[in-house]
Amino acid sequence: MKNMFGKRREPLTDTQLLMTITIGIFAVMYILAMALLGGGFLHTQQIFDMLNDNASLIIVSCGLTIVMIGGGIDISVGAVTSLVVMSCVLYLNNGGNVFVSILLALGIGLAFGLVQGFLISVLEIQPFIVTLAGMFFARGMTTILSVNPQKVDHEAFNRLRDAKVEIPWLGYVAKNGNLVPARLEIGVIVAAVVVIVIFILLKYLKLGRNFYAMGGNQSSALMLGINVKKTRFLSYLISGVLSGISGYVFMMHTGAGNATNAAGMEMNAIASSIIGGTLLTGGVGNVIGTLFGTLTLTTIKKIVVSSGLNDPWWQSITTGGMLCFFILLQSVVLSKRSKKKKS
Amino acid sequence: MKKITKKLFQGGLSQLTIPLIAIALLLIFNLIRDPGFFSIGISHNNDGNAVLAGNLISIINGASELAVLAMGMTLVTAACKGQDISVGAAAAIAGSVFVKVLKAGSSISGGTVLLAFLSACVVAMLFGTFNGILVSVFKIQPMIATLILYTCGRSIAYWINGGATPTVSSHIITAIGSFIPGIPIPTPVLIVLFVAILFKLLFHFTSLELFTQSVGINQSAARLNGINPTFIKLLSFIILGVCVAVAGTIGVSRLGLINHETLLLDVEMDTILAVAIGGNSLGGGKFKISGSIIGAYVIQMLTITLYAMKVSSTDVKAYKAIVIVILVVIGSPVVKARLSKLINSLFSKKKVAVKGVQS
Repeated sequence: MKNMFGKRREPLTDTQLLMTITIGIFAVMYILAMALLGGGFLHTQQIFDMLNDNASLIIVSCGLTIVMIGGGIDISVGAVTSLVVMSCVLYLNNGGNVFVSILLALGIGLAFGLVQGFLISVLEIQPFIVTLAGMFFARGMTTILSVNPQKVDHEAFNRLRDAKVEIPWLGYVAKNGNLVPARLEIGVIVAAVVVIVIFILLKYLKLGRNFYAMGGNQSSALMLGINVKKTRFLSYLISGVLSGISGYVFMMHTGAGNATNAAGMEMNAIASSIIGGTLLTGGVGNVIGTLFGTLTLTTIKKIVVSSGLNDPWWQSITTGGMLCFFILLQSVVLSKRSKKKKS
Repeated sequence: MKKITKKLFQGGLSQLTIPLIAIALLLIFNLIRDPGFFSIGISHNNDGNAVLAGNLISIINGASELAVLAMGMTLVTAACKGQDISVGAAAAIAGSVFVKVLKAGSSISGGTVLLAFLSACVVAMLFGTFNGILVSVFKIQPMIATLILYTCGRSIAYWINGGATPTVSSHIITAIGSFIPGIPIPTPVLIVLFVAILFKLLFHFTSLELFTQSVGINQSAARLNGINPTFIKLLSFIILGVCVAVAGTIGVSRLGLINHETLLLDVEMDTILAVAIGGNSLGGGKFKISGSIIGAYVIQMLTITLYAMKVSSTDVKAYKAIVIVILVVIGSPVVKARLSKLINSLFSKKKVAVKGVQS
């Protein structure tokens, strides 16, 4: 069968199918929210706020997507984010310099990536245990650094934190007649760059394709001549560095270090990746799907809050319910497809 | 002696070696640090009963919930090649149900406690079935399937008791949580012993152990041999549900109140760790329940040792992580292989030398 471009039309792969479902559901949900709830959902700023609040989650989820495509898991990401925030805040408050603090953030992420990658790929220890130990270590170090919340008091950093990209034509006219321009934080731009870079890496570069091959079937990847150890090591290294970046973005958003920062972020990141169509078994996944997974998760929470269900337990119950729905949907869709393939 | 060392090191270290070495190392460390750590005395509690007291007793007592959960988790890990991360949340639900039923009656007697425990069991088994169906019928990876209950479990527990943290005070609850009058051993320890014996009997009289291992090692092969993998996986989750109810009941009885936010918080990670330290593969297959129980005690001993060294409760995690990494590095397949090679070469060198002298 040929379509108008003369190219053979290929059926959607599992990744593309799952991603399309997620994007579709996100769009439907958002449009429904716009139609039924109105209010904030009609302004562009609502989407921008979602991005502002979740830039660090998006970055972390991208790293986790790579690890999960490679067939592993990294649950240390949230704790590393928290550790980076705390150490950078303390460094800046003791008269540090902004540029060095960025290097410090990257360095901590890199160190975690290096150690965890080494333990998992070279010593062949189960990734869950290694990253669990990493999570314990990072959380413990955060409280050793400071149990009390710390606020950044640094002039140059405050300028960086308050710097925002203003887009006037996407703004709205407030009740008092002033034009409120739509605001994007710098963290969102960092997140966008990360998403694009990871997308290119996964789609067009050899290393990215190696991740898929390794996650799909490790023995065949080995027989194809892929250096599985090195590839696995690199996947954890990338995840570690991205956690470092995420920590810095988190700090630019909140401007304060707290031992409970980014609590439960690893589970949110895993949920985002799954909703976006990444399988924990490896070999299937897409970073654009992950981006929409994060947005879907946030939209659910926003809808719950704006529907007037303010009790904190409603949020987690609806999140759990939606997660259940997505997981079941994926399972049913994938099993139907595999049956079709067989027949 | 040589035979024993050979048996221990050749062909990879035996499964229980690592957790036993860990316990031995911790004991030696404590002996050097402070021999008083081991003192066990008899003290009198508020009710005037003579009870055992000391660090070792508090280690064995404190690890009770973890040990019970680790037993169930071992089975799930072996059958489903994945872990249940919702045990903490499910235990909070079970504990809430336990207290709710206790509070419903006018007075607390042995019968109502039993009824409350049974209803907690039923509820925990229902949630176990929910997880189990997702894993076995819908073929979802266990970690993802249980992520749902992990996310919303504590909220459900909140909802059961209307957001309150009710307290229960009764001599029966105190007896479950601390000591039965006249018996100097803490009751949770006896419960762990009882559950362990139940598991032993279950494995002795049924083929569950063999079936679980074969499903974990190769599901299709197990199916072709007439084992129903769906049922075995579901059963493992239901058994874990019972363990969760037991752990929740112990946790509630210990404090005499249910706090849905803090009851067995973060226990899922410790449970999985206990299974792994016990030498069980997290990728399913062969398992040893005894390993997991020892793993649970290793974790608790580590925590108590750190507390005894005046490390604050929030900082404990960092030191724990370092010890865990050292343990898993020693237990990793690569290091094991290197080690056994080294030992083999040492032994063979000796042999050559001896032969040379004889000839």
